[in-house]
Amino acid sequence: MAEKKFEKGKMVPVPSRSIIPERDLDKSPVLECSHLGIDFGGLKAVADFNLTIGRTEIAGLIGPNGAGKTTVFNLLTKVYQPTRGTILLDGVDTAGKSTTQINRMGIARTFQNIRLFSNLSVEDNVKVGLHNQEKYSTLSGILRFPTYWKHERAAHQRAMELLSIFDMQDLAHHQAGSLPYGAQRRLEIVRALATNPSLLLLDEPAAGMNPSETAELMENIVKIRDTFHIAIMLIEHDMSLVMGICEGICVLNFGQVIAKGTAEEIQSNPTVIEAYLGKQQ
Amino acid sequence: MEFLNNLIIGVSLGSIYAIIALGYTMVYGIAKMLNFAHGDVIMVGGYISFCTTFYLDMPVWLSVLAAVAVCTVLGVVIEGLAYRPLRQATSLAVLITAIGVSYFLQNTAMLIWSPTPKFYTAVVSGSLSLLGGQLQVSYVSILTVAVCLLIMVVLTLFISKSKLGKAMRACSEDKGAAQLMGINVNRTISITFAIGSALAAIAGVLLCSYTPQLSPTTGTQPGIKAFTAAVFGGIGSIPGAFLGGLLLGIIESLAKAYLSTNLASAIVFAVLILVLLFRPSGLLGKYVPEKV
Repeated sequence: MAEKKFEKGKMVPVPSRSIIPERDLDKSPVLECSHLGIDFGGLKAVADFNLTIGRTEIAGLIGPNGAGKTTVFNLLTKVYQPTRGTILLDGVDTAGKSTTQINRMGIARTFQNIRLFSNLSVEDNVKVGLHNQEKYSTLSGILRFPTYWKHERAAHQRAMELLSIFDMQDLAHHQAGSLPYGAQRRLEIVRALATNPSLLLLDEPAAGMNPSETAELMENIVKIRDTFHIAIMLIEHDMSLVMGICEGICVLNFGQVIAKGTAEEIQSNPTVIEAYLGKQQ
Repeated sequence: MEFLNNLIIGVSLGSIYAIIALGYTMVYGIAKMLNFAHGDVIMVGGYISFCTTFYLDMPVWLSVLAAVAVCTVLGVVIEGLAYRPLRQATSLAVLITAIGVSYFLQNTAMLIWSPTPKFYTAVVSGSLSLLGGQLQVSYVSILTVAVCLLIMVVLTLFISKSKLGKAMRACSEDKGAAQLMGINVNRTISITFAIGSALAAIAGVLLCSYTPQLSPTTGTQPGIKAFTAAVFGGIGSIPGAFLGGLLLGIIESLAKAYLSTNLASAIVFAVLILVLLFRPSGLLGKYVPEKV
């Protein structure tokens, strides 16, 4: 199978000691974290995390097991309240916001262990994501006023459109829990996209996939970015995926950022090599 | 003919149980708690409807609306003040709180309306004679069954088709993931309580039309029976609550007629124990293995 090359933007440095693609320079960054940190008791799970993500960047967050990658995602989505630091989403401070509000402000995510609503149909899973875009009252939901029909029809169409990204329209009526593993992972991405995010967080999207599925996923991630014009940040252990599509990469170890840069820079960074492979004798 | 009569009584009694059981089952399905104060919300519904017709001379339909409105607000307030602060607490703590709320409502009702039973005038009177007068079906029975069926259909459609219904099912499966999809879990639970309590008000009006004695403990017995019905049918399942309620009503009415009036409740619970021995998750409930 021929290795497919994805076009990446030229990366330029920005004040927060990060890099963003050159094409995003004139737009405000989608995410700016400064000095973000969280303690669990005496343990500094994440400390002094600084990162800027460009409006249409595909960013990677890598690091050995237990480095704090998922904790960063939980901080960004306010599942954990950060002990220190600020998160600016589209330039707006997210301090004191709830997880629900963060989602409405534009961050959506998938999970390392699939967390679909497995007893709901595929279509209904996507419609749960569309929840905040359907505007009608509980009363018109019970009594089925015309607004109910109008919004539900629109939601059905939107759900089908979103499912068509992954050619999953035919599965719309299947129970989500009965789908094969790969399809469940794709459905999680579709459900997250349904909430209309400006930043999509993918937590190990390629976990458990074979090389051809991973290659397809890479194409799809790039396609999603190009169709929806959103930024994507992903945690992944599969280096072919990370190095293949991520423009800016951030490496975490023991809760600290040890390197930031492009794929080439990261691959030749001695600190990163040491974190993964141990010190050279 | 006597059998048919008893069956009809059973079906209408069962319909009331079913409406109450829906409240238990919805709250359990979403908030994973047993709201033991649900029976007392029924009693409040009965009193509101009684007071608005007796003291304020409101027409029946308006008094029912008033009862529904007051109970809806009451349900949301109970949830917000008593249960929401315990969202992260153990289920036992929430259970004890629910029992506390139940006693609080009963005693408040005693203060306001005194423990002396009130005589409730049925919302509709008279009965239909069928088969040349051999079969008497009261209009209350017909109304009860019709209302129950209507609620059943509307609620099923609401849960399966509307966006809030989907949000409810999502919360019932995984609250964390639902939050990350932008669903306000607290609000969804509030709405569930609102719907459950509105149903309790309707059940209160029907119950008092059926047995016209209204006292502060009116809700206790039917509350426990309806809870049984919800477990019988499979708690968390809406068709289960309906089926459980109907079966319980029929068994109770037939046991009263043919076996013993005094033992009717014992027989009902014996059947429940038997069913749970063979189907621990209830008739329509799903067996969910504990995740390790």
